[in-house]
Amino acid sequence: MAYIDLQNDLPGIRGPMAYRPDTGRALNVLAELLLHDDANTLSRGERELIGAYVSSENDCFFCQNVHGALAQHYFGWDMPFLDSIKKDYLSAPIPDKLKSLLSIAGSVRKGGKYVTSEQIAHAKRLGATDREIHDTVLIAAAFCMFNRYVDGLNTWAPQDRQVYVDRASMRAKDGYADMNLYK
Amino acid sequence: MPHILVDLSLPGIRSLMAFRPETAQPMCDLAEALLRDTEGLSPVERELIGTYVSYLNDCFYCHHSHAAVAACYLDGNTAIPDAVRKDFSRADISDKLKALLQIAAKVQQGGKAVRPEDIENARRHEATDREIHDTVLIAAAFCMFNRYVDGLATVAPTDMSSYPVRAKQVAEQGYGSHIYSSRQPIATT
Repeated sequence: MAYIDLQNDLPGIRGPMAYRPDTGRALNVLAELLLHDDANTLSRGERELIGAYVSSENDCFFCQNVHGALAQHYFGWDMPFLDSIKKDYLSAPIPDKLKSLLSIAGSVRKGGKYVTSEQIAHAKRLGATDREIHDTVLIAAAFCMFNRYVDGLNTWAPQDRQVYVDRASMRAKDGYADMNLYK
Repeated sequence: MPHILVDLSLPGIRSLMAFRPETAQPMCDLAEALLRDTEGLSPVERELIGTYVSYLNDCFYCHHSHAAVAACYLDGNTAIPDAVRKDFSRADISDKLKALLQIAAKVQQGGKAVRPEDIENARRHEATDREIHDTVLIAAAFCMFNRYVDGLATVAPTDMSSYPVRAKQVAEQGYGSHIYSSRQPIATT
C-alpha cells in the first residue's frame, strides 16, 4: 500500500506519475532521452542495463525488473543471464567498455564523489566518449531519483517477474515520452 | 577539473546542461514544477528541502545555490537556511516542515528508509498527501542533481558573493533555459 492516496491502482512509478502528471511528464521525457532516443552511441540495451544495475544495487524491485526486462529484450538475453550480470558484472561475458561504464554507474549510486579520475580514464582508454560518460552518470543519477520516488512512497509492484518480461516489447515500441500510464 | 570537456565559464549543473541541452530541458521543467509550485508547500519550503538534501549529499554547489534562493525568498534572511542545515529541529520553521525534512532525510538514505511512522508524524502535523508526495520527489530529484554535479566533478564558484546575485535571477525568472545559457554573475557591491 502506498503511503499516500494516489487516486489510482497503478503499479510502481506509474502510480505517482498519474497522481501528479506535470512532474510525471518531465520524468518520462528525461527517461525517453536517456533510455529510448536513438540519437546516442550507447545502444538502448546498454542504457537500460545501466538503469537495471543501479536499481538492483538500490534494491528497487519494480525498477530493476522493468528495466532488466528491457535490457533482456534488446540483447535477447534470458533472465538468469541478466541476473548474473546484476550479481557480478565483472565476470560476465560483456564488453570491457560496458563494464567500465557500469563501474562508474555503481560509484554514482553511492554518491557523486565516489567517481574517481582513474575510473574515467579507464573508460576513456576503452573507447568511451565524453558524451557516453555524461549519459552514464546521468542515467545512474536519474535512477537514484526514480528508485527513491518508487520506494519512498511505498508503491506496490507485481511480484511475478514474468509480468515485466511480457511488457518489455510494448515499452520498447512505445517509448517513455508519450506513454499511456494506464496501459 | 570536470571529468568531461565542458564550458568552464559555467558552474555546476549549468555546465552539464549546456553540454547536453536536450536532457537539460526536462530537468529544468522538473525543477520548475517542484520548486516554484505554490500548491501546499511554499517555494521557500521547497527550496529548504532541496538545500537540506544537497547538504546531506555534501554537494557544495547545490546546497549553497538553493540556500541562497531560499534566503532570497525570505528577503535576505540567511539564518533560516543556515539553521536548517546545521540542525533543523532547532530552526525557526513550522513543525510540519520539520516532519517533512525528516522524510527528506530518509529519502536521501534510500527509498526504503522511509517508514510508516515518518509519514504518520508528518500527518500529525497536518501534512497533506500532496505535500508528502512533493517532499519525496524533491528529495529524490536532488539525489539525482547532486550526483550529476559531483559525479562529473563540475566546478563550483568560490566567490560566495556571487550566489545571492544568481539566486535573485532564479527567484525572478525561475528555472528556464537561462540556467544553462548565462554565466554566474558578479556581485557589484
